[in-house]
Amino acid sequence: MNKVITPAPTAGDNSVQAFDVERVRKDFPILGEEINGRPLVYLDSGASAQKPRQVIDAMSTAMETYYANVHRGVHAMSQRSTEAYEAARTKIATFLNASSTNEIIFTSSATEAINLVANAYGRKFLKAGDEIIVSHMEHHANIVPWQLLREEIGVVLRVAPIRDDGALDMEAYESLLGPKTKLVAMTHTSNALGTVVPIADVIKKAHDHGALVIVDGCQAVPHSKVDVQAIDADFYVFAPHKIYGPTGVGILYGKEELLNSMPPWQGGGDMIATVTFEKTTFQKAPLRFEAGTPPIVEAIGLGAAIDYVSTLGMDNIAAHELGLLHYATQRLNAIEGLTIIGTAPEKAAIVSFVMDCAHPHDIGTIVDQMGVAVRTGHHCAQPVMDRFGLAATARASFGLYNTRDEVDALVESIEMVKEFLG
Amino acid sequence: MFGDLRELYQEVILDHGKKPRNFRYPEDFTCEAAGNNPMCGDALMVYLKVDDNKIIRDVAFQGKGCAISVASASMMTELLKDLSVDKAEALFKAFHSMCTDDENIDEQLAQFDEEIVERLQMLSGVRQFPMRVKCATLAWHTMDAAVNGEQDITTE
Repeated sequence: MNKVITPAPTAGDNSVQAFDVERVRKDFPILGEEINGRPLVYLDSGASAQKPRQVIDAMSTAMETYYANVHRGVHAMSQRSTEAYEAARTKIATFLNASSTNEIIFTSSATEAINLVANAYGRKFLKAGDEIIVSHMEHHANIVPWQLLREEIGVVLRVAPIRDDGALDMEAYESLLGPKTKLVAMTHTSNALGTVVPIADVIKKAHDHGALVIVDGCQAVPHSKVDVQAIDADFYVFAPHKIYGPTGVGILYGKEELLNSMPPWQGGGDMIATVTFEKTTFQKAPLRFEAGTPPIVEAIGLGAAIDYVSTLGMDNIAAHELGLLHYATQRLNAIEGLTIIGTAPEKAAIVSFVMDCAHPHDIGTIVDQMGVAVRTGHHCAQPVMDRFGLAATARASFGLYNTRDEVDALVESIEMVKEFLG
Repeated sequence: MFGDLRELYQEVILDHGKKPRNFRYPEDFTCEAAGNNPMCGDALMVYLKVDDNKIIRDVAFQGKGCAISVASASMMTELLKDLSVDKAEALFKAFHSMCTDDENIDEQLAQFDEEIVERLQMLSGVRQFPMRVKCATLAWHTMDAAVNGEQDITTE
């Protein structure tokens, strides 16, 4: 259990600002709230992160001063809204180091982004017998869309196993790659275990076999710098609400040429070039995949969130969270009857655990009484729970605003679980 | 500040949670159903033996769950034995009302013995924890499905 966790290598962040967590916490109004007369200890950022004032204000300002539909009117408000919406796209392209803003598509959620690829790419380019590799630790959102595709066109789903510590079994993964492999759909960081997958290596090996790779980056993007060109991802998906932005918007990155080779998934306004009843021609990416009025205010809010984390510096955030991960791992490991699930050498600040004396749901209810919010359940990743012979775990997932004192509060609340149920 | 928690995790509940009664696969039964709570992964099977007069002669269960769902299932197996199916369903309704703070509780409980009502009240501490009501009622929903000839139910 007492694995040494080595920091993930980080590169190229120019920020020299020192990370002051107490100052950062003041940016998040909700952190001043109390639960049962105790300060809120929010350790569920992996499910959804809290929002800084900067994001809340950017969204309010948009709605109060320049809101209108985008890409439509010639009037002033529509122009200003369009500019802000497209500026957000540019911020995201820069943040991920995409080679063009055309590679950033706004969807309604990360889940929809994966479904978009399964439908637009999968239906056109995959056929019966083609193989898709997923890992054993995928979120349901990166399993079920491929199963639906299997039902429809007969692709074969293959599962790359993980080791007992929750790390991807690279040798087994490599042995699955072959001439029939057409797509690898893999998480960058496991939401249930915290495992960081060596994604550049996974992608390189897939490319060596001529397969494309779609990366689920929902739990990776909030915790460390991601460079889609450096890892050479074909598609990369993330959830803005987990990186301090709003819900209702998701991001799909795709290589431009690839996106333009794909047919639209949904039809409607904004995605067409011309429409007659005989024939419709389509826009290129990204608009081809943005049918209907997009999440305008949400995209603007996400732009503010990207500005926020970029100003703090992703490397500073990563270092701060890694400190929390080390400390939490050490303190939780010291609790008798508690077992951490997921002890891979490379981890993000996510700690899943089970206790001999209590079911995760009972843990969740009791620690909540002390103001500590953790996730309990299967984390929408039942196959990985099965892999460890569990129905559920309790999970503390950390964000940039968490402190060592909050880790102490978690430990104290777990002592209370033992008092009630031990 | 832990009053609600102490009401939820009473000694009797903890005892049933740790040492569930009638936790077995019965030799003979007339109906069964599987209950699943996809939100938390709790899963259990409920088996009932109902005689020709629609009287429940035996109730047993198996499965995995939190202290509340296991305790509720365990206590349910004791409460339902020798009740008619109709009465068992009425008891389920009454219990559900207790967990959700329905106003007509007293009226619904009037038809049951004091002892039964007392047991139900122990379980109903869950009403202070709305997210946990499904845990307490999973076994009961499953029992209801079994006596109505449904094979599985899902709550969330």
